[in-house]
Amino acid sequence: MMRETVLLLAGLGAVLVTASIVAAILTARAPDPSSPTLVNLNQRIKAWWVMVAIIAIAFFFGKDGMTVLFALISFAALREFVTLTHTRRSDHWVLLAMFAVIIPIQYWLVWTAWYGLFTIFVPVYCFLLMPAVTALQGDTERFLERVAAQQWAVMLSVYCVSHVPALLTLQVPGFEGRMMLLIAFLIITVQGSDVLQYVFGKLFGRHRVAPLVSPSKTWEGLVGGIGAASLLGGAISFLTPFGPVQAALVAFLICLMGFLGGLVASAIKRDQGVKDWGHLIEGHGGMLDRADSIVFAAPVFFHIVRYFWTV
Amino acid sequence: MPGFRQTGLKLMRMATSAGLSGLAWAITGVRPIWFGSRPSDRQRIYFANHASHGDFILLAACLEPRHRARTRAVAAADYWGKSRLRRFIAEDMLSSVLIHRVWTDPSQNPITAMLDVLDRGESLLIFPEGTRNMTDEPLLKFRSGLYNLAVARPEVELVPCWLENISRVLPKGHFLPVPLLCRVIFGPPVAVLPGEDRRAFLDRAHAALLALRPRRASDRR
Repeated sequence: MMRETVLLLAGLGAVLVTASIVAAILTARAPDPSSPTLVNLNQRIKAWWVMVAIIAIAFFFGKDGMTVLFALISFAALREFVTLTHTRRSDHWVLLAMFAVIIPIQYWLVWTAWYGLFTIFVPVYCFLLMPAVTALQGDTERFLERVAAQQWAVMLSVYCVSHVPALLTLQVPGFEGRMMLLIAFLIITVQGSDVLQYVFGKLFGRHRVAPLVSPSKTWEGLVGGIGAASLLGGAISFLTPFGPVQAALVAFLICLMGFLGGLVASAIKRDQGVKDWGHLIEGHGGMLDRADSIVFAAPVFFHIVRYFWTV
Repeated sequence: MPGFRQTGLKLMRMATSAGLSGLAWAITGVRPIWFGSRPSDRQRIYFANHASHGDFILLAACLEPRHRARTRAVAAADYWGKSRLRRFIAEDMLSSVLIHRVWTDPSQNPITAMLDVLDRGESLLIFPEGTRNMTDEPLLKFRSGLYNLAVARPEVELVPCWLENISRVLPKGHFLPVPLLCRVIFGPPVAVLPGEDRRAFLDRAHAALLALRPRRASDRR
């Protein structure tokens, strides 16, 4: 695993250095270096340096590091989601429990590899008990809307995200002790697909996929981005127990899920009348603006690996 | 050794304010929106809506450290002066100004206490509602202190600051905060107009603060 980790870090470093140099040249040559697109591009690249550094540090601490990192990501994502939804005074206990009880328990279940419970803790126990607590508060004003928003907040921000560190609990024969690399594969392909969709969209984007939902998602960006990310997935199959063709196919599926995640996130933002989830990551928006693709891709990736590659 | 004590207190205050600002950020991700005013070295009276004991920490977290160091929150002596511990927290750790909301003895006049602070060149942070807002109203009626200060020190800028989401983070009757994102929206300064009377000015300042309240899509339906 040492060899792959070194290759991985060297590769990411090379990509970031290249991106920084390209952005610097673009900025130096641009007639207007303070154009919003260029400023945003530079902010995004700078934020990527920080994000890669944080993930690398968590990587270094292994399972503990990854579990804590993604629990914190869940915290930030849930905070953005709940802030955006309609809440009432009587929701206070449920909201508190989402942060102080559900996140710790879900990640503890992941950490202890208790598969049977971590897959149902949220969709069975939380989904039944949360509305019960809300009903006991006796406030029925917009009840269904509040309960639905709370459940979806937990589903996306906590349950789905927790499937990333949950990959570490899987036992793939002949791949023992290297599951961390699968997390790297997931993040690189799905986030790479986001970046490539952005690049292809900026360069060639003409036809919008869903103009009423998101003006920035184009067919050219979608096809180019997911196609290129699938090839990228095939190229880094050495990180995984998959063969190159299998890796490309898996990458295609999770990048497609990632696209759908971004689309759904855009629809929620549009419905709530905001452009970004928050401001945690300079140039990107909030945590959910960056993680929306991982949210949709992680559970599907987890179950593909579990079904086809574990015994 | 008064010198040591002073230095120790000062260091403790700096550490406390940096620590509390960090904590406020960790829980609420609080950030300032400068909307019609900018961070400034000018002497100011920041006035804000009030729903919880954490409010002035949120607001202080949005000021630049050197402005934060010379801005003092005004707190009620009948609450914060009640026990030695509370007084220590309010005066020594948070360097707030304790004032008497109800007074008969002229030495307890709250305006005098606040003017003393202004005359030392420091800025003030006040909650003109006079108490934590525990109602469903977004903003209670203002008490007169703001007007009295504005008339007595016309050169000091009055900056309205809307603390967003605070009543959702810590609703009435609860003491554990829900971590929701908060913003502090700093609006354009208001000043007493020539010949404007107390009530008219207070209503205008009230409206100026309320105008900063963001409208959210989910509140509409």
